[in-house]
Amino acid sequence: MSRRAIFDNKILPYVLLAPQLAITIVFFFWPAGQAVAQSLLRQDPFGLRTTFVWLENFAHVVRDPAYLNAAGTTLIFSLAVVALAMGSGLLLAVTADKPIRGAGVYKTLLIWPYAVAPAVAASLWLFIFHPTIGMLGRAINQAGIPWDYTLNGTQALVLVILAASWKQVSYNFIFFLAGLQSIPRSVIEAAAVDGAGTRQRFWKVTFPLLSPTTFFLLVVNLIYSFFDTFGVIHSLTRGGPGKATETLIYKVYVDGVVYLDLGGSSAQSVILLLFVVTMTALQFKYIERRVHY
Amino acid sequence: MATSAGGSANWTAHLILILGVFVFVFPVYMAVIGSTHDLGTIGRGEMSLRPGPHASENYTQAWVTGRGERAQGGVGVRRMMLNSLVMGLVIATGKISISILSAFAVAFFAFRLRMFFFWMIFITLMLPVEVRIIPTYKVISDLGMINTFTGLTVPLIASATATLIFRQFFLTVPDELVDAAKIDGAGPMRFFWNILVPLSTSTIAALFVILFVYGWNQYLWPLLITSSHEMNTIVIGITKMIGVGDAQTDWNLIMATAMLAMLPPVAVVIIMQRWFVKGLTETEK
Repeated sequence: MSRRAIFDNKILPYVLLAPQLAITIVFFFWPAGQAVAQSLLRQDPFGLRTTFVWLENFAHVVRDPAYLNAAGTTLIFSLAVVALAMGSGLLLAVTADKPIRGAGVYKTLLIWPYAVAPAVAASLWLFIFHPTIGMLGRAINQAGIPWDYTLNGTQALVLVILAASWKQVSYNFIFFLAGLQSIPRSVIEAAAVDGAGTRQRFWKVTFPLLSPTTFFLLVVNLIYSFFDTFGVIHSLTRGGPGKATETLIYKVYVDGVVYLDLGGSSAQSVILLLFVVTMTALQFKYIERRVHY
Repeated sequence: MATSAGGSANWTAHLILILGVFVFVFPVYMAVIGSTHDLGTIGRGEMSLRPGPHASENYTQAWVTGRGERAQGGVGVRRMMLNSLVMGLVIATGKISISILSAFAVAFFAFRLRMFFFWMIFITLMLPVEVRIIPTYKVISDLGMINTFTGLTVPLIASATATLIFRQFFLTVPDELVDAAKIDGAGPMRFFWNILVPLSTSTIAALFVILFVYGWNQYLWPLLITSSHEMNTIVIGITKMIGVGDAQTDWNLIMATAMLAMLPPVAVVIIMQRWFVKGLTETEK
C-alpha cells in the first residue's frame, strides 16, 4: 500500500491533488448531492414553492406503470445485450486463441469496432434495417414478413439490441483473449493427457479458470447496457414506438430534460445510483476473492 | 497443446472468425456504398452492393455544409469534427495530466487525509454522468459554461480510473530509485519530470488511446451541454441529421458523415493497437 522512500513536503501533495479534487467536488459530489436532495423535494408547477416530501417521489416512481415498464424493458434489453455481446466475444476469443494461420490479422479485424461510438453504430444498423431503403429491411419485407421498427415495438427492441451488442463484442473479445492467454498451457495439456476431450477441456478447465474475466466483463457489460446505450436508443428510436424501447436511463433523461419533472427524475437517478454502487461494490468484493473454484 | 488437431478443426476456426469479421465489416461496407450513391437512388431502394459515382460530391457536401434536402440548418462536418477533436484531445490530455499528478501525490508523499482524498477520487467511479443529469446541467449553466468548450471538456476531466492506474504503476517503482534521486539532490518535481514521467510513457500511450476514444464518442454530455449547431460534435450531428429517419432523409450525407465520424478513433485504435490492447487489459482490472 504505502512505500518506504517518501518525499517529505508539507504543501506540495495538496497542490498536486487540487485540480482533480476541485473538478471532483464541483462536477461530481455537488451535483450528486443535489440529485439526492432533489429526490426528497417536490416543486409546485410554477416552481415557486418547494416542499420536503421524504420518500414520496420514490414511492411515486416505483408505483408508476411507465417506470415499471421501463424497468422491464431495461431487464430484457440488458440481458440480451450482455448475453449476445459476451457470448460472441467468448466464441471469437476461444477461436482466435487457437494456433491458426493469420491469427494476428483476425485480431486486428476484430478489435476496431471498440472505437465506434454507440450512436454511429446505430446509424449503420438503421441504414441496413430501414424498412424502405435498408437492404435487409427491404429484403425482409419482400419475403412477406412485415418489418417496420417505427411501428412494431418488438422489432424496434431487436434493432437496438443488435446495434448495442455489435459495438460491444470487441471489448469482450479483447478481455477474453487476454484471459485465455494468461491460462497456463500446462493445465490444459494435463487435462488432455487425462483424456478430456475438447469440449470437456473447455467447460471443466478453461471456463472456470476464466471466471475472474467473465465476472469482470459481466459487470462492465451490465453498466454499458444500462448507461452507454443511451446514444443508440436516442438516435434510433427515441424510446419508441410508444414506449417499447424506453429504458431506465432514457426515462431519466426524458422526465428530467423534456418534462422537467425534477423530483421524479432525481428519484430515478438515485435508484440508478444505488445500482451502480452495488455493481461496483460487488466487483471489488469478487475481484479480491478471485472468482475461480 | 497438441497441434495435431489441424484439418477440420482449423476450417471451423477460420469459418467462425471470418463470419465474425464479416458481421463487423458488413455495416461499414454498406455505409461506404451508401456514401457513394445519390439520394434518389437510395430513397427508391435501388442502391446496389457496388460503389456509385457520387462519392466526391457527397463527401464534399457533408464536409463543407452538412446540408442536404432535409438536413437543413446543420453545420459542416469539418466544424463538427473540429469540435470532436478538441473534445477528444482535451479530455485525454486533461485526464492524463491531472491523474498523473494526483497519483504522484498519493503514492510518493505522506500527508494528512491522504487516504480520504484517495477514496474521494475513487468513489467518482460510482457517479457516472447519467445518474446526475439535471443537477450537473444546472451547475454548468450557473457557471455560464453552456455551449462552450470548457463546459464540454473540463467536467469530464476528473478520472478515478486513470489515477488508479498511475498509482498502481507508481507503487512498482523501486524505493532505491527514489533514494538515489534524493541523494543526488533531486526534489520531488525534478524526480517527477526526469524519472517518473519517462518511466510512464507506455502507460500514458495506452491511456491516451482509451481516453481519446472515450472523449470523441461522448453522447449524453454534449447533447446536454450544447444547443447551438456550431458546437455539435460529429456523433451528435449524425443523430440530428437522421431526425425522424424516413426514406427522404439525406442518407448519402449521413453515411459520409458516419464514415468520417468513425475514422479518427478507429485509426487511433488500429495504429496504436499493441499499446491499446495491453493497456486496456492490464489496467481496467
